[in-house]
Amino acid sequence: MTALLTVEDLTVDLKVGDEMRTVLKQVSFSVGEGQTVGLVGESGSGKSMTVRAVSRLLPEGAAVTGSVRFGDRDVLDLRGDALRRYRASDVAMVFQDARAHTNPVRRIGDFLTEAMILNGKTGRRQAEATAVELLEAVGVHDAERRMRQYPHELSGGLLQRVMIAASVAARPRLILADEPTTALDVTTQAEVMAILKRMQQEYGMAMLFITHDLELAGSICDETVVLYAGEVVEQQRSAQLHRDPLHPYTAALVQARPDIHRRSERLLSVPGHPTTAYEAPAGCAFAPRCRFAQDRCRAEKPALEALDAAGLSRCLRADELRGALLAPVEAAADPVPATGLAAGPADEEATR
Amino acid sequence: MTSTTAIATARPAARTPRLRILPGIGITGQIAFWTVIAVALLAAIGPMFVQVDPNAVDLEYAYYPPSPWYPLGADASGRDILSRLIVGSRTALLGPLAVVTMATFLGTLLGLVAVWFGGWVDATIVRVIDAIFAFPGILVAILATALFGPGLLAATIALAIAYTPYIARIVRSAALRERNLPYISALQVQGRHGFAISARHILPNVSGLIVANATLCFGLALIDLAALSFIGFGVQPPTADWGAMVGGGMSGILQGEPGEALAASLLIVITVAAVNTLGDRLVQRSENRA
Amino acid sequence: MTDTSSTRAIATRRTTGAAPNDTARAARRAPWGPALAFLARRIGGLLGTMLLASFVVFGALYLAPGSPLSFLTQGRSVTPEAIAQLEAQYHLDQPFIVQYFIWLGGVLRGDFGASIIFGDPVTSLLAQRVGNTALLLAAAAVLVLVIGLAVGFFAGLKPGVLSESVMALATAAMAVPGFVAAVVLMLVFAVQLGWMPSYGMGEPGIGTLQHLALPSIALAITSIAFVARLTQNAVRAEMKSEHVQTAVSRGLPSRFIVRRHIIRNAAMPVLTAAGLTVAGLIAGSVIIEQIFQLGGLGQFLIDSVQKKDFPVVQAICLIYVATFIVLNTLIDIAYTLLDPRVSLGKKTS
Repeated sequence: MTALLTVEDLTVDLKVGDEMRTVLKQVSFSVGEGQTVGLVGESGSGKSMTVRAVSRLLPEGAAVTGSVRFGDRDVLDLRGDALRRYRASDVAMVFQDARAHTNPVRRIGDFLTEAMILNGKTGRRQAEATAVELLEAVGVHDAERRMRQYPHELSGGLLQRVMIAASVAARPRLILADEPTTALDVTTQAEVMAILKRMQQEYGMAMLFITHDLELAGSICDETVVLYAGEVVEQQRSAQLHRDPLHPYTAALVQARPDIHRRSERLLSVPGHPTTAYEAPAGCAFAPRCRFAQDRCRAEKPALEALDAAGLSRCLRADELRGALLAPVEAAADPVPATGLAAGPADEEATR
Repeated sequence: MTSTTAIATARPAARTPRLRILPGIGITGQIAFWTVIAVALLAAIGPMFVQVDPNAVDLEYAYYPPSPWYPLGADASGRDILSRLIVGSRTALLGPLAVVTMATFLGTLLGLVAVWFGGWVDATIVRVIDAIFAFPGILVAILATALFGPGLLAATIALAIAYTPYIARIVRSAALRERNLPYISALQVQGRHGFAISARHILPNVSGLIVANATLCFGLALIDLAALSFIGFGVQPPTADWGAMVGGGMSGILQGEPGEALAASLLIVITVAAVNTLGDRLVQRSENRA
Repeated sequence: MTDTSSTRAIATRRTTGAAPNDTARAARRAPWGPALAFLARRIGGLLGTMLLASFVVFGALYLAPGSPLSFLTQGRSVTPEAIAQLEAQYHLDQPFIVQYFIWLGGVLRGDFGASIIFGDPVTSLLAQRVGNTALLLAAAAVLVLVIGLAVGFFAGLKPGVLSESVMALATAAMAVPGFVAAVVLMLVFAVQLGWMPSYGMGEPGIGTLQHLALPSIALAITSIAFVARLTQNAVRAEMKSEHVQTAVSRGLPSRFIVRRHIIRNAAMPVLTAAGLTVAGLIAGSVIIEQIFQLGGLGQFLIDSVQKKDFPVVQAICLIYVATFIVLNTLIDIAYTLLDPRVSLGKKTS
């Protein structure tokens, strides 16, 4: 498979007040043509920053090193018109909060057609006809009327469908979906997810899918990259993620989710708080919360290493723990009050 | 976005310990705060150090230039400008202080009563507030002068009434938000008395906003009162007052002797700038905390 | 002078966002129903407020110390005929509420009674002066809208040292009371440089413009600064907003984003606040007219207060307040109907 998007050693420092804080540390992964890659992590793990780096939407004053390549172009070097063309026709974003991300004083029709008219040099008539078709394709009934409405007249689920329609309108080669269903209620989530997946397949687009939900990533992505404290801690095929996690963090995430196939007496949670790259400890960033941590984990920085053919893991004990990561946790081994993961969408409040 | 904010809130950056009486208002806010303190001190203890009678007229020294005897010169009647500025700071600041105190008390009361009783009480209060709001402060004060004759008392009361809706609106909307929070219903369910809930729980939570807006009102009231004294409707001669001094200095302006008017103007502008900046920062701070 | 307080309060109450609600759904069925209901409510509120305001202006007569008649005559030696005329004008033999309605009826027909000092009908005295006030207000309004909005949009769209310095200047200017600005302008441009006349209205035409320059700048300066800051803040907020980020992520040309997403979105709230600021100029104009002796309503008001000519004071106060209320209501109606973010169902006051 040829790589469409290649991220290599991506390191991002953000300006917070007077100091620079690291949010991403040497992140590398790639997305093949037509492939779906999941980026999973808690708030602060840097997953949103990765997408922002790829779409060049990082906040002002961000320092970026490493490379982001799209086809044969270096995305981080794009300037002016080239950058605009890249955004207009190669990648498209689907944001989490569709309401905040649509202009409240312009009509749905304007939102859908403006990019087609300005970037695609399509006539207004033609663009409107295409927009109506797209709306129908994403399951919006009464599309003609919707075109004349304002965002506040639409529900969140409908607006997210509009957002998806708008993003595929330009026929991009890569969709960047930043938690597209987190803000929606559960039934709507499933519908919107199905539509997104169908559109992706129909148009043959690749997708970089951001989520905090390991389950969701497992079900729709070919490959999953798990981020912790701004670093990739595990990468492997999504199908294997549940049965054979390679990193204790992923294993903890798996155990924190209720599973209809697996009966458990109690639901586990990952003890402690999620950490950001900026405040990560010296050794392994996950060590303070890891139930397998030993003294050397706290002293030595693990590297991201391949584990035979299965995938990559950033754990000193990856080899010896292989297969034992999902072992039942004794009650005594969980003395720290539970926080974080099991609660689910912890990200929304952080985005404000 | 996710990670930035997470990081920003994750750990308060280690700051160098510094004496901060009022945190969270930034450096500009600190400068404004200490300027306000300085002006307040000038009014509080300044007059004790004034050796000259600020009202002593000596026409031989009219427009006398700055000199050891008259550090800032003398006005058209030969009175010492510096001592008049210092003594005048009391009237210039106490007037707006009275306006703001009265308006804040009345406005808070009206706002809380409106929110707590709701229904027709709220509707009536809102209608009355709207009607008063239609009268600019200066106009109410001029009307009061027409009725009661010129003087600081009538102007102060008139402005207090004119400023009441401003505070009442802010208190009402803030208290309305607060009242709809679950913890208030929880207290109601526990059988607490409405007034007790307003006074003990809602008020403390909106007090930051009230103080911030009262500060902004102070600046506006200072301007209005100074303007009234300037046209001769407020503080009456020979009492020293900044606004009245600008007015008194008008004849000097036309004769090329602008010292008195400019000095008093400068003090007004500095005070208002400091008070406004402080008020803005306080509003920002209370919004950040909400 | 109070303009900043009112616009600030109004600006804050406008920040409530519009969420999908029943009214929006109702609006789909009958597009004009809610709009008409809103208009009716707003105009009803306007009339209610006007009525209350007129009551206050009339009732003020009874707040004054002493009897209304002695207050009106103010110890002047008045002929019995003049007293009879006053009694007839204010219907002092009638109960209070009847007096009010007779007075209100007169006001609605444009009859404010007769001036105690001049003996002429108040209406004709005001008619001679209202033009000058309107000219001053119009000139100041143009300054506020043109300079305030231009500076604000520029500073918002082009961050940098220049913008920051202009905004720092604006912040400082907001602390300069109109009368202080008037004194300084008069000192510099009329007395020292001699470029501008220091008072009066001059000959119609160019002369009037020249005579209005200093007063209108003095009147407008605080509001210009306020509108500029407000506009800059609104533009900055839009630039940082998520929907603009969407537009950027879609590769739209930046000039289009500025025009259709930033300026378009900032314009409505900013124009509304600017309009309310302009309405607030009415209060400040009284002082400015007095300083520059412009011979308008404001100067006449102060004159009449000094001469205790109460019918004139009543009339001018009522005209000012009514103008202020009508302007406020019109701006509010325009904003609510034109900006889709504001839902009609919500009470805006």
